[in-house]
Amino acid sequence: MKGFSELFTVIEQTTKINAKIDALVQYFADAPESDIVWCVALLTGKTPRRAIKTADLRNWCAELSGLPMWLFDESYLVVGDLAETIALCLPAPVANKEYSLTETLQQLNKLAAASDEEKKRIITARWMEMNANNRLVFNKLITGGFRMGVSRQLVIKALAKHYNQEENQVAHKLMGNWNPEIISIDELLFEANSGEKLYHPYPFFLAYQVESELAVLGDVHDWQIEEKYDGIRGQIIVRNGELFIWSRGEELITDKFPEFELLKNILPNGTVLDGEILPYKDGRPLPFQIMQTRISRKNVTKKSLQEAPLVMICYDLLEQDGKDIRDMPLSSRRQQLEYLVTLAGSQAPLIISPVFPCNNWDEVIAIREAARDNNCEGVMLKKKDSVYETGRRRGNWWKWKVDPLTVDAVLIYAQRGHGRRADLYTDYTFAVWDNDVLVPFAKAYSGLTDKEILEVDNWIKKNTIEKFGPVRSVTPELVFELAFEGINESTRHKSGVAVRFPRIARWRKDKNIGDANTKFDLLQLIEAARR
Amino acid sequence: MLRFDNNGIYCRQAGIYIDPWRPVDKAIITHAHSDHARWGNKYYLAHHDTVPLLRLRLGFDINVEGIGYNHSIEINGVQISLHPAGHIPGSAQIRLEYKGEIWVVSGDYKLQHDGISVPFEPVRCHHFITESTFGLPVYNFPPPQQVYDEINEWWRNNADLGQNSVIIGYALGKAQRILHHLDSGIGAIWVHGAVANINTVLEEQGIELQPWQRVSPDQNKKDFNGAMIVAPPSAIGSSWLKRFEPFSLGICSGWMQLRGARRRRSADRGFIMSDHCDWTQLNEAIAATGAEHVYVTHGYKSVYAKWLRENKGINATEVETLYEGESLEGNKEEIEEL
Ligand SMILES: [Zn+2]
Ligand SMILES: [Zn+2]
Repeated sequence: MKGFSELFTVIEQTTKINAKIDALVQYFADAPESDIVWCVALLTGKTPRRAIKTADLRNWCAELSGLPMWLFDESYLVVGDLAETIALCLPAPVANKEYSLTETLQQLNKLAAASDEEKKRIITARWMEMNANNRLVFNKLITGGFRMGVSRQLVIKALAKHYNQEENQVAHKLMGNWNPEIISIDELLFEANSGEKLYHPYPFFLAYQVESELAVLGDVHDWQIEEKYDGIRGQIIVRNGELFIWSRGEELITDKFPEFELLKNILPNGTVLDGEILPYKDGRPLPFQIMQTRISRKNVTKKSLQEAPLVMICYDLLEQDGKDIRDMPLSSRRQQLEYLVTLAGSQAPLIISPVFPCNNWDEVIAIREAARDNNCEGVMLKKKDSVYETGRRRGNWWKWKVDPLTVDAVLIYAQRGHGRRADLYTDYTFAVWDNDVLVPFAKAYSGLTDKEILEVDNWIKKNTIEKFGPVRSVTPELVFELAFEGINESTRHKSGVAVRFPRIARWRKDKNIGDANTKFDLLQLIEAARR
Repeated sequence: MLRFDNNGIYCRQAGIYIDPWRPVDKAIITHAHSDHARWGNKYYLAHHDTVPLLRLRLGFDINVEGIGYNHSIEINGVQISLHPAGHIPGSAQIRLEYKGEIWVVSGDYKLQHDGISVPFEPVRCHHFITESTFGLPVYNFPPPQQVYDEINEWWRNNADLGQNSVIIGYALGKAQRILHHLDSGIGAIWVHGAVANINTVLEEQGIELQPWQRVSPDQNKKDFNGAMIVAPPSAIGSSWLKRFEPFSLGICSGWMQLRGARRRRSADRGFIMSDHCDWTQLNEAIAATGAEHVYVTHGYKSVYAKWLRENKGINATEVETLYEGESLEGNKEEIEEL
């Protein structure tokens, strides 16, 4: 595991993309083949599940280090990371034994079935055979949700560089359900798509938010203008008479959407559609809230099928008759897509994403402004001659979201952050006035600069009213402008409203709490959204 | 014999304060850091090596007297002596004895040897006043030599890549500790003006530093190539740093033990180096004093006092000092410790 731990350290010590890629390439050059497969699995999100209860880990560590439990817990509060706290508290190792990454992960996978005593014996023995750096990485693996500071895109770049392959190809091969326990690096990267890979989706092409004046983009006629829908981005795959639905988060979600079942008989074999899955009724999308309720249910009932019938708003066609057509220009793919959707007929839950022909950029602006009325998030601008790229890229596709809704709210609770911000109060709860009472309505974690975070943190510590574990109530004094994407009524929130994607737009030092918005203002926003 | 009042730690019998935070008539100063040695006292008593540092910081007209370590003086029946604290050059623990009762005010201290300060000597006492900056079991500092090696290796790599290395440490103590251990074979060493002023004073006292030069305002990029620049924390983010670009930024502090603190400081490298005690050192130092009563000041004081009470059977209390309890959780103290 030494090499992998070193990779972890190097990645953590740099913010430079190229240095990270170099470190990965170096690792691929040095590591045993099976370790590379596991490493790629870990870095692309195939992380082992937590095999051991955190309470057990805390107990074993406290016992080994001779610390009372309360002191371990105080330390954990300060460090904010269980894996790190354990690594720092454990006594010096008694031996130095090297296990490969493969051995380690196989051992951990088997552990789930072991008895509690067996688990304790194995984990504590491993702890006492490792240095601090190995311990940290090992603990990160056993506490679940392993993360390293490299994006999937970087892993793909490094693999492509080391194995001399096309990035697009590598990206495609890493999609889907491969199992690091049984696959070799050759099978993973070099074997042609066989029957087993029937379900393989393509990497999604994602857009950045428009960064400048639209005019910079050139002639509006070179662009395909669509609305940006607010649902679940997904791919519908029909191959060999079978249907697979993938989410952008690379989850296989076929079972969640029985209404798409019939597509395997309607769409020709070797079809891959890219689009947005959302509830749709009477010719328009329903609010995202309805989708959320539908998704959170374990079983799809008849009632929910009626209330929230799902469709895919089709954006793109990636595979046609089993052929990868991502290199064709968008205008041609679009033609094929229109043809396909028309052919599928009205019984298919497929709707083609309307294209808005525009003669000047002002018309694009108008479409964007009307987007929220249609329960859309904004507009998409796609170069008509663009190929379908992988990952988030600038240049050929842009999204242009509508300006968020904003309100001024009062900070009333603060909680310690996680990870790199564990020793700071960074998670805030905000309230608005309901007559003369402040009612909490949103939590926000992001939006402030590092300097502001320090300043607010300092203020919070000086203005604490009460502490409840990691949460503090503070004197109502600071006002922040919160931005969010949508607002709806909610019975789950004390304030009666729920906002989507709340974040801090800015700190309103110029305002005092009397200037903050009211619950009535929020209800008016909901009204306005309905109209 | 000692009590904590609004001005600081007070010995009534001797009529003298230790590290007062408001102006008083007579003050004993443990060491020359600004949170311990404040302006405005009518009379200062400190270790010989602290005297020129006090004059540099507080003015040449202050009324100050210096004494050596282990040399006892008497004030109104109280025996007072200074003992090495190992924190920075001139830093002292203050021992006070009256009618057989012994108190020790340790100021800031550490057990690690830093190569420039007289190492800490434990003093047996009944009452011990200790700080607790790193009073949690997660703070276990690596051997100093390992850290010096890491710093030099980092410098060497940067120089090979054609970039400068900017290393941040408190101007008094940390900066010289770094300067003492740099490998001057790698390249030129430059220092910030605040560091240079202190260097001059300490070199006069016989402390050996690697050859260094003061950065002057008219210098620009071409003057630095693969150089090491030693600067105080206030330099971070300042335009003063621009002339060294491209550079890698390293920070030396005990807080660098935690990954969260390392990343938040947006340094390229964090080196775990402190002039305070880590967990092990604190426990070792307190055991060596044999004290039955321990007063815990700035740091994780409530946690550490509880640990001493419940696990060491020591009568430990936390004491409010000029350090606000809240700021100790991170930022303010973090900046001071740097
Ligand atoms: Zn100090
Ligand atoms: Zn101090």
